[in-house]
Amino acid sequence: MPIVLKCHRGIGPAVTGSALVADDNFSARYDLDRDKGIFSRPAHRLHGQSYVGKVLVLVTAKGGVASAWMLREMAARGMGPKAIVFDRANTILAQGAAFAGMTMVDRFEAGNPVGLIQTGDEVRIEPDTGLVTILNRD
Amino acid sequence: MRLTDEERAMLAGEDGRARQWALRHQVEVGDFFDAPDFVPVGQAHVMADTESLGEEGVRWLEDLAALPADERRVCVPTITDPRGVDFDSYKRLGQTDAMAEIEARAIRAFEALGVLMTNTCINYQTILPPVRGEHLAMGDTGVVIYSNSVMGARSNFEGGPSALAAGLSGRTPRYGYHLDAHRAGTRHFHVAHRPRGLADWGALGGIVGRATNSYWEVPVVAGIDGAPNSDELKHFGAALASFGSIALFHMPGVTPEAPTLDAAFLGRAIPAAAPIGEGEFRAFFAAYAAAGDKVDVVVFGAPQLSLLEIDRLAGLLDGRHIHAKTALIVTTSPEIKFAADRMGLTRRIEAAGGIVAAGICFYQSYAREMAEANGWQRLVTNSAKLVNIIAGYGYRPTLASTEQCVDCAVAGRL
Repeated sequence: MPIVLKCHRGIGPAVTGSALVADDNFSARYDLDRDKGIFSRPAHRLHGQSYVGKVLVLVTAKGGVASAWMLREMAARGMGPKAIVFDRANTILAQGAAFAGMTMVDRFEAGNPVGLIQTGDEVRIEPDTGLVTILNRD
Repeated sequence: MRLTDEERAMLAGEDGRARQWALRHQVEVGDFFDAPDFVPVGQAHVMADTESLGEEGVRWLEDLAALPADERRVCVPTITDPRGVDFDSYKRLGQTDAMAEIEARAIRAFEALGVLMTNTCINYQTILPPVRGEHLAMGDTGVVIYSNSVMGARSNFEGGPSALAAGLSGRTPRYGYHLDAHRAGTRHFHVAHRPRGLADWGALGGIVGRATNSYWEVPVVAGIDGAPNSDELKHFGAALASFGSIALFHMPGVTPEAPTLDAAFLGRAIPAAAPIGEGEFRAFFAAYAAAGDKVDVVVFGAPQLSLLEIDRLAGLLDGRHIHAKTALIVTTSPEIKFAADRMGLTRRIEAAGGIVAAGICFYQSYAREMAEANGWQRLVTNSAKLVNIIAGYGYRPTLASTEQCVDCAVAGRL
């Protein structure tokens, strides 16, 4: 039986992808080299890693308002993450996901998803029903 | 969400495609945050520099701008945050004509929507200050935290698309800091070391922000004896929002919703205070120190400077010359730049070798490309917000007092 996690109703379409997890936060402006598709802020736990096509699993969103435009711009170039899973989203990233049509969920019944999902896990996200399924583990 | 007849009509497209998009976007965001309904807003403030818009975002704006006039015009006053390019100074900053061209396209589109190009992140000092209890849709985290905390107005962080949606619909989903329930203090700090100067106030914002670190927390910062001025609270709030994603703080005896410590917590139980002393300030500065390093660029901005800050800088630079291998950049709003020009402050700063740019705020202006074009790495600033942001763009930032910033711009090294 795959592991099924219940979360708040989310934004965007249902998707399946490979998780990239860190006990850290997210800002498109402060943390990323959006041309190369990698985390560029030296202090970030995913520094140097590519987020393109991944299901990012992070604690919360930080900092600037710019991320609201940037998710759509990244997605339009095919250089965005496939989805973002937060313990708790902030307003900017939720607005940015809505603008970009990107999948985003948060507020899990079982607690912080950073402790529940592992890097490399294959996860299915269904925002309408608020379900995240870890397909490769039971 | 509960919708009024007017909102249902907008959602059905009866007021045109722009307002229909706005309502759809806002309902999606409102449902995510369990908003019960919409609340009318008095102003919207749009963060939309071209670096974050990109070609995709500019084309999207141009599509909106091509709609019939009655469909595309905003229906509440809608103003803008700093832009990517100042047409008068972009060449001196190593920016390109391509950047200026995409900037001009974005401006034309915004003007067609009826947006006022104020290009400022200090609108609460220069355009129309928010009023206590006023509901707003403000972009720029520094604007939101100042409006909420210092003025007692009510706004969430509204990203560019959401703020523009609010301008088009005249409302925003009622969630987060529009609601009384979210405005009570949740964390308690006691400051035992009075900050001196803007860098110190920014450092305090950074210290509290790091310790709080969630949009949904409301820090109460007690122990501040005597009111800070607007520029000090501007740097404190901007750093607090930048380091901690914080949208509201209370400062008992200073901010309007916190006449007392009890009031700051809305009468709920007061948690034990985390102390902040001189040691915390020293450690904060030490993390960015680089004694002896060559200085490539000194930046005053983030937030844009008030007229009083520019006057002080002009005084510190009089009779001095910035080192030939170091750049000094001052960013302010167009309105303050006109005033600084008229009063001779710009001339004094530029006589010393500085650049006074209007309508930009440095980090929103293709910071990585400027670094590459000018060979900049070591950046010195009195803005704690800027040291937090700019490392992601390949800079090595140092936080220093305003006087130290000027001294190292003249000496060319720290």
